[in-house]
Amino acid sequence: MKNVRIIPRLDIKGPNLIKGIHLEGLRVVGDPHFYALRYYEEGADELVFMDVVASLYGRNNISGIIERAADRVFIPITVGGGIRSVEDARHILRSGADKVAINTAAVQRPAVISEISREFGSQATVLSIEAKQVGPSRWEAYTDNGRERTGLDVIEWTKRAVELGVGEVLLTSVDKEGTRKGYDIELVRQVSECASVPVIASGGLGTLAHLTTALGLHFCAAVAMADVLHYNRLSLRDIKNSAREAGMAARVA
Amino acid sequence: MTNEPEITLVDYGMANMLNVARAFRHCGAKIRIVEKASAAGSIDRLVVPGVGAFEKSICAVRQNGFDDLILSHIETGRPFLGICVGMQMLFDTSEEFGEHQGLGILAGRVTKIAAVDVNGNKQAVPHIGWNTLVSPNTQRPWDSTLFAHRTPNAESVYFVHSFTANPVDEHDVLADCLYGGRRICAAVQRDNISATQFHPERSGEAGLSMIRNFLVL
Repeated sequence: MKNVRIIPRLDIKGPNLIKGIHLEGLRVVGDPHFYALRYYEEGADELVFMDVVASLYGRNNISGIIERAADRVFIPITVGGGIRSVEDARHILRSGADKVAINTAAVQRPAVISEISREFGSQATVLSIEAKQVGPSRWEAYTDNGRERTGLDVIEWTKRAVELGVGEVLLTSVDKEGTRKGYDIELVRQVSECASVPVIASGGLGTLAHLTTALGLHFCAAVAMADVLHYNRLSLRDIKNSAREAGMAARVA
Repeated sequence: MTNEPEITLVDYGMANMLNVARAFRHCGAKIRIVEKASAAGSIDRLVVPGVGAFEKSICAVRQNGFDDLILSHIETGRPFLGICVGMQMLFDTSEEFGEHQGLGILAGRVTKIAAVDVNGNKQAVPHIGWNTLVSPNTQRPWDSTLFAHRTPNAESVYFVHSFTANPVDEHDVLADCLYGGRRICAAVQRDNISATQFHPERSGEAGLSMIRNFLVL
């Protein structure tokens, strides 16, 4: 039976948990600590924190939020946004993260992937991809919350990053993100088939059917979701039950 | 007199060290972190965390004199816990990025997880995620171990690793998990030595209960 991971994603701006559509038009949801604790207690398998402004302004202000969460949350924590160097990664890992997700810095200087991976291990090195569809079965990697083009083909970029030492891929569909219209299944399928490492599908979960479609893909065993949880449209219990009913193993907290 | 159990945590630069400390603190332990073996003094319970690459870890352990500290602590008969690479280092050798000598406390090799499952289909490596603990081939019971009061086939714990220990003596194996249809060694225990391939500090309430069990071993 396939073990699946259900991963709440918390997008952070300054002190707030926020939520947008297509990674833009951000709305404040509330206190990230409250939501992190709630999702831990309700059986989340991991948490992802993304600092949506750090890569724009080049500062790291998320570490206090992570430190506070790590004192109470005993599941893996991935943190992304603004991590540009081994030292940035060390700072975030020492704050309580288990993994760092890198996007902009990796695009600008792919060697940073190897550097972080050699220092902390590939298990701590996550490639964050913001993918926008640019043609039939073609996606381009973006940075800065889906605003900046990179010219990189998502499939090629994934393969290259895995060679450089990435241990996991957080794959966000900018087209689907915040729409609740379902994951970009073709994107998830192609990336998870070409990557030899686990891929977390992110962006678009609206209904339980979306969940089982994504997890039904042979190589997809992890999904992230945000606003369906933040706004109580679905609960982690519903989500896990539906994965179990579809014949998958979902942890009982 | 305080009844608060104390653990000594060796800090050799491992990324998960502080989260291990947080989990033990949450379970009521007093934490002493040592960066050099020479500063260790008297140790009640020794915990060696770990995550990441074997070679880097074992080199850092030796550089700081923690290899002798671990060996002499284990000889005292007092409780020892190794986590992830902290477990792998107890074995003879590892093939991660070349051939490396471990501490040789337990007999066995650390080898790469197969990139294909038992049916020959590609599988993801590293093995990342929650997996269920099962009884080992010996069916040894879990009473008076880390897993006291826990049930085989019912506990999910968090794994993240690309390499796996293969104990020569199957009596050392306390629990396995299944990945791609094959057994992977999830935990070992011999006398005062306990060690887990998974991360109890990241395994939710199940992991915390194992940490509490360690504190009363």
